[in-house]
Amino acid sequence: MRILTVLRKETSSFIKTNLAQRTVLTVGSGLLSIFDPHRDDMISAFGELTSFGVLSDLQRKMLNDPEGALILKEKPVINSKVLDLNKLATFPEKTFGKEYVEFLRINNITPDTRKPVRFIEDEEQAYVMQRYREIHDFTHCILGLKTNMLGEVTVKIFEAIQLDLPMCWLAGIFGMLRLGPKHTQVYLDQNLPWIIQNAKQSKPLINLYFEKYFEKNIDELRAELNLTILSPKINEFKD
Amino acid sequence: MLKICKINLRTFTNRHISRLIHNETNKNQEADFGFRKVKYEEKQTKVNEVFDSVAEKYDLMNDAMSFGLHRLWKNQFIQEIDPNPGMRLIDVAGGTGDITFRYLSYLKNLDSTKFEESQLPLVTVCDINDNMLSVGKNRSVKMKFKEQIVWKVGNAEKLVEENDNTYDVYTIAFGIRNCTNIENVVKEAYRVLKPGGRFMCLEFSKTNNPVFKRIYDFYSFQMIPVMGYMIANDWNSYQYLVESIRMFPSQDEFASLISDCGFRLVSYKNLSNGAVAIHSGFKF
Repeated sequence: MRILTVLRKETSSFIKTNLAQRTVLTVGSGLLSIFDPHRDDMISAFGELTSFGVLSDLQRKMLNDPEGALILKEKPVINSKVLDLNKLATFPEKTFGKEYVEFLRINNITPDTRKPVRFIEDEEQAYVMQRYREIHDFTHCILGLKTNMLGEVTVKIFEAIQLDLPMCWLAGIFGMLRLGPKHTQVYLDQNLPWIIQNAKQSKPLINLYFEKYFEKNIDELRAELNLTILSPKINEFKD
Repeated sequence: MLKICKINLRTFTNRHISRLIHNETNKNQEADFGFRKVKYEEKQTKVNEVFDSVAEKYDLMNDAMSFGLHRLWKNQFIQEIDPNPGMRLIDVAGGTGDITFRYLSYLKNLDSTKFEESQLPLVTVCDINDNMLSVGKNRSVKMKFKEQIVWKVGNAEKLVEENDNTYDVYTIAFGIRNCTNIENVVKEAYRVLKPGGRFMCLEFSKTNNPVFKRIYDFYSFQMIPVMGYMIANDWNSYQYLVESIRMFPSQDEFASLISDCGFRLVSYKNLSNGAVAIHSGFKF
């Protein structure tokens, strides 16, 4: 299948870089991400710079799936201007839309925190990266995982298995080292086997046009995607 | 080694003449913003935005980009000035105060009694950007030079608050290339200096050494914006800074401009293979 390559123009958010610059940036952003975790621009940069080999495979994977291909064609974005959060809040209980708004509220986050993709030149691949970032919260919600460290590490492993992005692997593995003793136990005994199973058996979430399923019952959606969730005790995000 | 530029040996290239004429007629049209062209009136606003953005990490970035060399250049600059007690300085584009603090430290070490007794203020610092001045003011408190300095927001091309024939020394360090019209800046310098006063400029310049030039070009164009992004989360401001260095006239061109504005005994000294130059001129 031939994939048309369109290169992005230099705008205020896209920066064209050469090999020497990318090398320095990769090393620098990697170090800064570890030593100063508040620099999420460095984390984003590191994620982009390490993704080069993998993104074209991911692009192909999306194009081979009808829903994925539709996403690539329409290139939907996720932010609070596009999503009508007030409207979603009025949806019936247990619908995906309602659960999502609840998830944002309980974890005190918004859909506007994702950084723009700055270093990927191919327009479609840059969109793939952006889409991956923007559906992160949807992924949390549909897996029923909190945004605490335990939840984040679990989601990262899920994403790593499904997307094969190096940054996800690194974050998942090193993140695990930062868990406290109790959570490490839960992670190893319960979360890890479950999430590995889930990641392998479910439809790749990058190919899911989430925005079209807001009115659907969340458990039905999970069943269709071939996803299970953990029993409520530690991981359910409703307290 | 000081290289004296004889006033009557100015050689005008066609490019030089056309650029001077260009500057005059283009006054209401375009100015250089790095490699980009912007409307003449816009340049100042855009430069201001750059410095709003870089102010907080300015000193840290200077150390990182020049590997600490900028400290040596500035030290040498002060040595060249050779301050004497009682000399009044105006430090233009003085922002975070590097030149001013060195100047005052030099005078204090030279003769601390005379320093304490000197008429205040000793130094006027002028900058177009308020954020840079704020950083400078905070530093002056730490350095215990609060009383000796007056901080003013102002435009180097039109120092409205300064009277003619006021100062003994005028300095502008790594600032003049950010001004829209360099000639106006030098003319204003001439105006506010006393007869016998000295104009001193420390600025990036052109290197002729081909080996050094290649390394320098690679480093400045490729690495500096990357460092700016990593340290200060700002790629574009440092891209601008690097480009603005390339757009600035060469040592001889700038020396010609200085003498055209009325200064005598115009000379320059290269530092670091010509990457940086100190230009000097006297008013009499």
